[in-house]
Amino acid sequence: MVSPAHFIFLSVLLFVIGAVGVLVRRNAIVIFMCVELMLNAANLAFVTFARMHGGLDGQVIAFFVMVVAAAEVVVGLAILTSIFRARRSASVDDANLMKN
Amino acid sequence: MTGGHALILAGPAAETTRLLTFWVLAIASVTAALGMVLARRAVHCALLLAVVMLSLAVFYAMEGAPFLAFVQVIVYTGAVLMLFLFVLMIVGITAADAIIETIRGQWLWAFIGLVASLALLILTIGHAVLPSPSGKASAQFGNANVTSLAHLIFTKYVYPFEITSALLITAAVGAMVLAHRERLKPKPTQREMAAARIAGGHPAPLPGPGTYAQHNAVDMPALLPDGSQSELSVSPVLTGGGRAEGRPELGGTPPDGPPGLTRGTDPAAGQEAGEQ
Repeated sequence: MVSPAHFIFLSVLLFVIGAVGVLVRRNAIVIFMCVELMLNAANLAFVTFARMHGGLDGQVIAFFVMVVAAAEVVVGLAILTSIFRARRSASVDDANLMKN
Repeated sequence: MTGGHALILAGPAAETTRLLTFWVLAIASVTAALGMVLARRAVHCALLLAVVMLSLAVFYAMEGAPFLAFVQVIVYTGAVLMLFLFVLMIVGITAADAIIETIRGQWLWAFIGLVASLALLILTIGHAVLPSPSGKASAQFGNANVTSLAHLIFTKYVYPFEITSALLITAAVGAMVLAHRERLKPKPTQREMAAARIAGGHPAPLPGPGTYAQHNAVDMPALLPDGSQSELSVSPVLTGGGRAEGRPELGGTPPDGPPGLTRGTDPAAGQEAGEQ
């Protein structure tokens, strides 16, 4: 049968893959997508824990995580477009004006 | 009030279905996530992320969270991914990541971090006792999910919920402020545009694209009476020489001249075919 452990391990796997994506990618939009993947993996863990404990609190938290993630994406992408408008680049390596 | 949800998901056959669904979607989502990290083009990353998000929606439904499953599809796949794709259109869809490492040993250390954190998390969770949810199935994971969630959100979590609304409106206003662009010059009037057109030496409308027997797309250049190609007949946006608002091309060098030359087709041959 599908136990909660299955979902938790899947969530761990997705989270770590997302973390590695944040580390290795250089396109800021792709980094954002990897952050979204990590948030989704955390949501899966929350929903699984809610099922495991027989309460809905985990689902409520997952719902709030979704709301915050949506707000984060909106602001982040707006920042990205304004950076792109000024610098003509979406690479995180090019944003180094404050480097000594 | 146990609902059809719990009844349908009982029995050994349903258990097999659940197991099959889990493994198929788990493999699909992990493969898509890996592909997202490895894909060069950002658009491919976005589409692979959609696969992961839809699989997660099915997982939520399996885990007794039908409301979150629909929210996942609507908010993430519908809104967030569309936002990503819109921004990709603005930034340039051909923009691919550079392969060269700017930080020495970045991939190596990332791989070591991957293995280490995976080992840490899996060992920790493997040692934890995860109780089985059997016997705890109730209506709040089935038909009464939405009403139970609403009850919880508007009683116990009402303050976080209200703060969330403030967060959302702040984010919306912030995005508008960040994406807003000040107009530096006054908007040209119709009279000024007409004067500029006369002064530009080309008062007539630009020629349309060429129409041939095999190609009638807007990126095919029209032929002048002497047989040469008219560069005015193809929009500079299509040739890659200038993007919208005159921004430079991001990925790769722009092709020279009209695309009829770069596509390996001979417009003169097309013209002959058109005359038959």
